[in-house]
Amino acid sequence: MTFSLVLEQLLNGVQLGVMLFLMAAGLTLIFGVMGLINLAHGSLYMVGAFACAVVAAATGSFWLGLAASLAFAAAAGALMEVVVIRRLYGRDHLDQVLATFALILIFSEGTRWVFGSFPLYLDIPQLLQGAVPLPGGTAYPLYRLAIIVTGGLVAIGLTLLISRTRLGMRIRAGESDREMIAALGVDIRTLYTLVFALGSALAGLAGAMVGALQSVQVGMGEPILILAFVVIVIGGIGSIKGALIGALLVGVVDTMGRFLLPQIVGLFMSSAQAGPVGGAIASMLIYLLMAAILAIKPRGLFPAQA
Amino acid sequence: MISREFLINGVLALLLLAVPFIASAVGQPFTITLATRIAILALAATGLNIALGLGGLVSFGHAAFFGVGGYVAGILSSHAFSGDPMIFGFEGSKQMLLIWLTAAIVAGLLGLLIGVISLRTSGVYFIMITLAFAQMVYYFAISWPAYGGEDGLSIVVRNQFPGVNTMRPLTFFGVAYGALIVGLGLFAMIRDSRFGAALQAVRQNEVRVASVGISPLPIRLTAFVLSAMMTALAGCLYADLNRFVSPSMLSWHMSGELIVLIILGGTGRLFGPVAGAMLYVVIESALGGITERWQFFLGLILLATVLFARGGVIGLLAGKARHG
Repeated sequence: MTFSLVLEQLLNGVQLGVMLFLMAAGLTLIFGVMGLINLAHGSLYMVGAFACAVVAAATGSFWLGLAASLAFAAAAGALMEVVVIRRLYGRDHLDQVLATFALILIFSEGTRWVFGSFPLYLDIPQLLQGAVPLPGGTAYPLYRLAIIVTGGLVAIGLTLLISRTRLGMRIRAGESDREMIAALGVDIRTLYTLVFALGSALAGLAGAMVGALQSVQVGMGEPILILAFVVIVIGGIGSIKGALIGALLVGVVDTMGRFLLPQIVGLFMSSAQAGPVGGAIASMLIYLLMAAILAIKPRGLFPAQA
Repeated sequence: MISREFLINGVLALLLLAVPFIASAVGQPFTITLATRIAILALAATGLNIALGLGGLVSFGHAAFFGVGGYVAGILSSHAFSGDPMIFGFEGSKQMLLIWLTAAIVAGLLGLLIGVISLRTSGVYFIMITLAFAQMVYYFAISWPAYGGEDGLSIVVRNQFPGVNTMRPLTFFGVAYGALIVGLGLFAMIRDSRFGAALQAVRQNEVRVASVGISPLPIRLTAFVLSAMMTALAGCLYADLNRFVSPSMLSWHMSGELIVLIILGGTGRLFGPVAGAMLYVVIESALGGITERWQFFLGLILLATVLFARGGVIGLLAGKARHG
């Protein structure tokens, strides 16, 4: 186990964390402003990936595909908000869970209807192929580094958007008192649609970027959606800062756990047994982390003001 | 006076009982399997209904208990079949009654553990945390290779119930139906007991209950554990029905389906899960016969139910529930 191997795994963990942040930021924003739990957020991730794969295959340009993923996911999100989600704001969480669960079924089967069950593939763009040398002798894929940088830029942009712009001011006002901001003449319905579309675009972006690393297929959003839930529960629902820190924590702990635990377990038992045992413990690690954090802070690390 | 809901419940119970016998008489054995599936899913959802309907605890992780029940049945049965002893020299078992007891204990302990942590929170947090814990169990089952991992575990011969031959479809339906009726009876007993009154009061107004000196947490925890145990029992039967148990029983889609059954039927109603399971299985087999994409239409039906028909089937038939 060399230093460069550890560094490589650490970067993989950060990359996973950045992806999770893009998902979790949308979820936590939507919950914070509208008080809505959206299970179908993973479907928007899938929409982004499919849009990118289809447009990239048709035009030959990954960058057009990436733009399409943002546009399509935002449009799908806005449509979803106007047709269904808008009716759910006043309802209890059970209704929201069920309605958005129904949306998952509709989106997944609808996509399978159009594209079939076979995965699509998306190539890494020419510009970002290749690798960057790491200190210690190995090399790290440039594309993964680009994802990390993109995620960092989005995090900065989102923070600036929320703390410095008029839209961000309205979003924060909507979080703290929606009746009052509506009474002051802000069109709250449009604001909600905008926030939903923004969250959707971030999910779509994440889907498109991951699509080039893995295959693009139906159901790809569900595992990452549940991880994103873990992230916002750890970070504190409604908090962007919590989402960022929670996402990095989950990404790094999950990746390092899968890498290190089989080796640690291997110190105590034979290597044939250590792999499966370590793997099984590693697969539960982030949930144990979540349980431990909740046992100490039931409202997450950075609870938003209720 | 007999209420309309009571009448509807009776009709549903008799209908579910009659269908397999008619199916058997006219030589439609597959319909018996469908009816057994309805009974088992209804039992699982009745278990969830204790937490969700009476206690207002939206658990999105009951697949964990359902699947654990299934795995207890599968594991005990496979050890009894192969003769390999388990831990402590225990040889496994093929007796349903013993399996059920074990499953209820295991799921009860798991429920206690998950409940103690999850019930510290409420609302959306509770939904997400129960979901996350169920995922933890799911991933454990996938990555633990001893009992089939991702491929699941077969039960070669269905487990035994004293005095009857469970390999006969109609007999096995009888066992499942009997378990459902007992489960519904327990649900009604809990609902009408002092404990049930406290549980429903905690759902309606936690602060008032606390102010009259009843601590909400132990009540919720008890309900959650009882709920887990009943759902696990249904899981044992489900594994026996399919003679197969796999991680898909633990998946979050399963948790979602269990909630769907309750909502389709009508939240908090005694026979809500039964009506919901009947409707669900009928939709599944009817639409599944017409189109491969039946889940698309199931999604539309579900969406319409949530948005426009909030009382579910029982609500439509029997009118509004008396209590909110």
